[in-house]
Amino acid sequence: MGFGKHSSSSKISALVVDDDTIIQKIHKALLTKLGLEVNVVANGKEVLDLYRSGTSFDLIFMDMEMPIMDGLEATKELRAMGVQSIIMGVTSRDLDLEKEAFMASGLNDCYTKPLTISKIGSLLQKLKKKN
Amino acid sequence: MERTQQHRQVAHMRQSLFDQGLLDEQFVQLEELQDDANPNFVEEVVTLFYRDSARLVLNIDQALDKSPLDFSKLDSYMHQFKGSASSIGAKKVKSECTLFREYCKAGNGEGCMKTFQQLKKDYAVLRKKLETYFQVIFHSLLFDKDGEN
Repeated sequence: MGFGKHSSSSKISALVVDDDTIIQKIHKALLTKLGLEVNVVANGKEVLDLYRSGTSFDLIFMDMEMPIMDGLEATKELRAMGVQSIIMGVTSRDLDLEKEAFMASGLNDCYTKPLTISKIGSLLQKLKKKN
Repeated sequence: MERTQQHRQVAHMRQSLFDQGLLDEQFVQLEELQDDANPNFVEEVVTLFYRDSARLVLNIDQALDKSPLDFSKLDSYMHQFKGSASSIGAKKVKSECTLFREYCKAGNGEGCMKTFQQLKKDYAVLRKKLETYFQVIFHSLLFDKDGEN
């Protein structure tokens, strides 16, 4: 079941973008357990570098606040490049204004950290039904 | 101590961490991610938390020593610390982070200092209890292995 047009394996490919090593570890384990093929990078610039090198992912879990390049900027750049991947924002910020600004950068949806099995499970179900 | 008693001890210790309000549902999420491929996942995440958060504790301590206090900086550090504490399900520590941030918003330096002193105590208590808990789990697994042999 591949959602991205570049996916060659049967697994959904996911990219965790977060500078927090604890979140990286938890989200990688969670997504792997749900059957996804997972890669991890630490900031928005690394995501852009990957896409510019020809790599792409079905799903991106993008943290909002990161050094070098944050999630808002990275998402705007990816969409400006024509990237169609599903980008889910992940933030610990509580304010609606901040989440709205993040959504407006081009996200498909936004979650509060940390991700849980039930949150991602629901997302995967929706994706299955859509495809 | 027989195997059943060992398992009961582990279960009792685990439950008391929740009953004392030290841990929340996020800790259960971490346990659900532990499997044969990641047999020490929970302990690894907790170890990572205490390793990474040590730097933040130091930063906050140093920031609280300055005069006048930079509440924006303090709030930013505590936001990061709270995020990490939430990731491991450290319920009590997390609520103290929230309280600290409220004092920051109110510009209440004394409130920040008192809350942080309490937070550090609870952070240390949780660490000790989790270390003991993981040791008991380790011994019970050794006991299980001996029983099988």
